[in-house]
Amino acid sequence: MNNGFEVIDHTADVGIIAYGADIKELFSNAALALFSLITELESIESKFHLDLEVSSEDIDSLLIEWLNELIYLFDVKYILFNRFDIRSLTNNRLKATCYGEHLNIVRHTIKVGVKAATYHMLTIDKSDDGLKTQVILDI
Amino acid sequence: MGRWQGQLIKIDDYRWEIPQNYKTGMRVPGLIYANKEMLESMREEQTPEQVANVAFLPGIVGHSFAMPDIHWGYGFPIGGVAAMDVKDGVISPGGVGYDINCGVRLLRTGLSEAEVRPRIDELINALFHNVPSGLGSKGKIRVSEKEMHQLMVEGASWAVKRGLGSEEDLNVTEEGGCLSGANPGKISDKAVKRGMPQAGTLGSGNHFLEIQVVKEIFDSQIASIMGIDEVGQILVLIHTGSRGFGHQVCTDHLRVMEAAVSKYGIGLPDRQLACAPIESPEGKDYLAAMACAANYAWVNRQCIAHWTRESFSRVFSKSVEALGMKQIYDVAHNMAKIEEHIIDDRKLKVCVHRKGATRALPAGHKDTPTCYKTVGQPVLVPGDMGRCSFIAVGTEKAMAETFGSTCHGAGRTLSRGAAKRSAKGQDVLRELESRGITVKAGSLLSLAEEASQAYKDVTDVMDVVHRAGISRKVAMAIPMGVIKG
Repeated sequence: MNNGFEVIDHTADVGIIAYGADIKELFSNAALALFSLITELESIESKFHLDLEVSSEDIDSLLIEWLNELIYLFDVKYILFNRFDIRSLTNNRLKATCYGEHLNIVRHTIKVGVKAATYHMLTIDKSDDGLKTQVILDI
Repeated sequence: MGRWQGQLIKIDDYRWEIPQNYKTGMRVPGLIYANKEMLESMREEQTPEQVANVAFLPGIVGHSFAMPDIHWGYGFPIGGVAAMDVKDGVISPGGVGYDINCGVRLLRTGLSEAEVRPRIDELINALFHNVPSGLGSKGKIRVSEKEMHQLMVEGASWAVKRGLGSEEDLNVTEEGGCLSGANPGKISDKAVKRGMPQAGTLGSGNHFLEIQVVKEIFDSQIASIMGIDEVGQILVLIHTGSRGFGHQVCTDHLRVMEAAVSKYGIGLPDRQLACAPIESPEGKDYLAAMACAANYAWVNRQCIAHWTRESFSRVFSKSVEALGMKQIYDVAHNMAKIEEHIIDDRKLKVCVHRKGATRALPAGHKDTPTCYKTVGQPVLVPGDMGRCSFIAVGTEKAMAETFGSTCHGAGRTLSRGAAKRSAKGQDVLRELESRGITVKAGSLLSLAEEASQAYKDVTDVMDVVHRAGISRKVAMAIPMGVIKG
């Protein structure tokens, strides 16, 4: 385990496993894992921040909505994030301040285009030292 | 995941049944088209379990089918076909996939290998320059929000009206390049925003544009009706779909379906199979939105085909007509469609989900284009970039057995990660070049992911559907130049 997440293989696509001492850290690490797939996390600078609010029916779908919101922002506005301050998180609502910058093709190498977070094989479980989630991403 | 241990009943060398009693809740048996060797890898990958899961869906008729190129997908396997009775059945976005109307378009040319080979680098560069591809690529066409709404409804003809292609192209495109029932009112603002800048782009991942050489003709009579006259003739194959637009449509509606599953009390073995009755508001809304994405994908392939012709015309200093660049066919391989089929001697309206599967209509069918009425609808089956692609036609047997469906490609066997570990992009490039294939890719990483060894051999896949009789091989072509996103 490194940085609170790891990347796993899936035949047609790719998956992430993220860890967190609590649910906020879990969501934050899942988002970091997502951007680690898109580019090198070290190459992203926190140049500005954006407040995001996401809501959904339950915690599983909230996680998927959260990741899909970030995927959308990258696809449309080319924003890369490297830090997430999750201010509040309930079973159906998340408020976060996200730090990052716009894609700069000189400094950022795009590794893969992530197109959607899926419910496929989605898990959020207790682990030895907190929580663990697995998400498969469509690329 | 361990090896799949369920029972497979051999029907013949190419058909294997998962009995309905394999799992309580299956409404029909599963039917897998494969040879014995393929079955082994399917068991390893657990894909038969997904075939069985699809059989749980309300209203499913006949079988839950798996084509020989099947691989593990989300909920539905990729290479899966399932037909649901419109009266009491469900529609599932997972049975279509994220890339709605991902598909292939094949153009022929009057050029020969000898004429193109010396100019291949120039041609690939011209195409790479002229066809927007790769991550974050923006289209050459600027689409306003109003135009976005128009193209969602009009499909490929939207592009033809703007001078990108001809009416003739529409006649040889599935559904004439326009699925009816599209309603932009069912499309989110987010989807529109993702779709606008990406219209007319090839994209990344497994999407490509390939210059091919006809290597073998299996049925010269049918081939000549398609305008494929001799070995050595040059073809162009375009593989792309609905880009971020389709993904957003799928994501948005999966969420609606999630709620519908509990609202209508549908029991599912996998959350990603989320669905709603076809006749419910949720079901109708998805179909109306899916049609928008399908039409967007046809606009996309229409534009790219036009720029392909333009590039050839420029490089060879000849008009498109003089180059004989006509479209052979355009077929979708991620789609759900309301169709009429005969089941137990009676006509039934069904919603056929084809996820990584191609429609394969026989000769004489009302939806087979006029020019192919006597031979059957062309089926285009791309392989990986190092091997070959096939052209086939639909058959009566497909109509009787698989709701007029067949395979769509080679099917992955290695994950992208494993493919990258087994070969470096640079090595893949060198190997392809040593075999006379010029490649231009947006990124070397994506090239490694699409290496030949990551896929099943499409020749084996085609062999199964041909021998099982659900399509008939017409010709085979090998790549000479490839553009990857």
